[in-house]
Amino acid sequence: MKSLLINPVLNKEIKLRFRSFKGFLGVFFYLFALGLIAIGFIIVNTVYTTASVFSPDQSRIMFIVLSFVQLALILFMTPGLTSGVVSGERERQTLNILLTTPQSSTSIILSKLFSSISYLLLMMISSLPLYSIVFLFGGVHPNLLLSTFLLYLVVMITIGSLGVLFSTLIRKTIIASITTYGVALFLTAGTGFLTIIIGEMFFYQNSATTVPYFTAMVNPFIILISSFEPYMVEEIQRRSGIGIPIVTSFYITYLLITILSLWISIKKLRPKMTANKGRA
Amino acid sequence: MIETVNLTKKYGSFTALDSLNLKIEKGTVYGFVGHNGAGKSTTFSILATLLAPTSGTAFVNGYDVTKEPKKVRNHIGYMPDFFGVYDQFKTVEYLHFYGASYGIPKNERDLLIPQLLELVNLSHKEEEYVDVLSRGMKQRLCLARSLIHDPEVLILDEPASGLDPRARIEMREILKELKKMGKTLIISSHILPELAEMCDEIGVITNGKLVASGSVGTIQKQLQANKVIHVRLSSNLEEAISFLEDEPKVSAITRHDKNENTIIFSYTGTDEEQGQLLKKAILKDIQIVSFNEEETDLEDVFLEITKGVDFS
Repeated sequence: MKSLLINPVLNKEIKLRFRSFKGFLGVFFYLFALGLIAIGFIIVNTVYTTASVFSPDQSRIMFIVLSFVQLALILFMTPGLTSGVVSGERERQTLNILLTTPQSSTSIILSKLFSSISYLLLMMISSLPLYSIVFLFGGVHPNLLLSTFLLYLVVMITIGSLGVLFSTLIRKTIIASITTYGVALFLTAGTGFLTIIIGEMFFYQNSATTVPYFTAMVNPFIILISSFEPYMVEEIQRRSGIGIPIVTSFYITYLLITILSLWISIKKLRPKMTANKGRA
Repeated sequence: MIETVNLTKKYGSFTALDSLNLKIEKGTVYGFVGHNGAGKSTTFSILATLLAPTSGTAFVNGYDVTKEPKKVRNHIGYMPDFFGVYDQFKTVEYLHFYGASYGIPKNERDLLIPQLLELVNLSHKEEEYVDVLSRGMKQRLCLARSLIHDPEVLILDEPASGLDPRARIEMREILKELKKMGKTLIISSHILPELAEMCDEIGVITNGKLVASGSVGTIQKQLQANKVIHVRLSSNLEEAISFLEDEPKVSAITRHDKNENTIIFSYTGTDEEQGQLLKKAILKDIQIVSFNEEETDLEDVFLEITKGVDFS
């Protein structure tokens, strides 16, 4: 396991990613966007209100806003960071040489994923001081922060695995990126829309249905909402008649997607060398 | 050391490799000659475990590429015809990365890398970023990279392509050095005469089929059934032409375009008969200044062998 995690490809990926100016710019703009929203929120709630006080309730709302923005940024950045990890090497004509080394496909694929995730983790951790503003004003339990960051981590790994999968299967990075963004969009906007539409249809008639349960259980935004306002997912679960909490189903589903994506990527990275017709 | 057995690769209805049978012994430098799309790179990709054959198989150091690709990878150094480098790496970091990929400990790499850089004349560039190196330097760096784990077999696909004459000469000298080190090399190149100089054997491939294989000398001899001989005379050209016209194995007698004292003719006799012809001419008092056979290089061999082959 150690050789899978601490290996030349991972070292190389991390070194090259963090050495480039683009890496620095990525962190800078990420924090700039989050900071702008946090400071903007405080200004709007203090300067333009008569009370000029930032209350714990407002602090909680700010936390929710920051959490949603951060999740949206993660969903936006993860496909971009992962969908070129293999196809990019192929396009730069470095993949063939890498594949003739004895490094296992598992090691290459996991290293590629972990290096991308580590960059996202750096962004996430560097955003923690912004969250400290929230704790300064109160209104949010630290456990909520931990569960939110756990959700980010799982989303990163799963969307990242899908990015690596499409990058392995599709030769061109641009097409792999579009496909990964498409899947990420479906898992968020697509399933969100379906949950609302189907949920409204059935709940209006006061009938039971499992469909919103399945569309909600893959949507990270709905899971994030449930940590602040659990009523909606509880209602969806109650009407579905399924005993497993939606949050649990979400984590199980994402784990399965991750395992499947990585398994296919590992199998497809190198050609199956066995001759496919008769042997001499 | 390298053996292919009925190696075939098909892409749909197109046959890129058609029952290729090759045998390259240890320490041999084998030149793989063929036009673009003949199947050279396909063969090399299969040997490098990057492409699965449709049928047949290949062995490297006794390991079957289709059954034991991991073992094969440890025994080969592969340099593709087109390759990229990690531009943000320094030269020395680039080699460290591949050295680590082959499981070579850092302390060993620290000793090995300067030696490799010296071999490929890049010692002075070890702290330079790879993206500032010239094409020739990148080619040499890639060669050093393919040697990092000291493989017995080197698979070099067009190692001199795109290089200027000086860089080609440098590359050729390095390859000669590798030959001295006892490596088994399989090299494809468009620079055919250069291959002839350093190869022990060559194979000519056209449209996925091996049409000739053997030592450079043997293949050249096969083609020399029709030798071209140049004779320079001090005088009496007409007398010499008349003498040659009476010889049954002499044909196509012409005067040299630029040197008016030189006659060129085709000769189908053996080496002994050729010696007798020269002796007879001298006895006839024909004033011969020089008598020499036109040298056939690998370019001619290739053109002769592939004459009439449809490359489309």
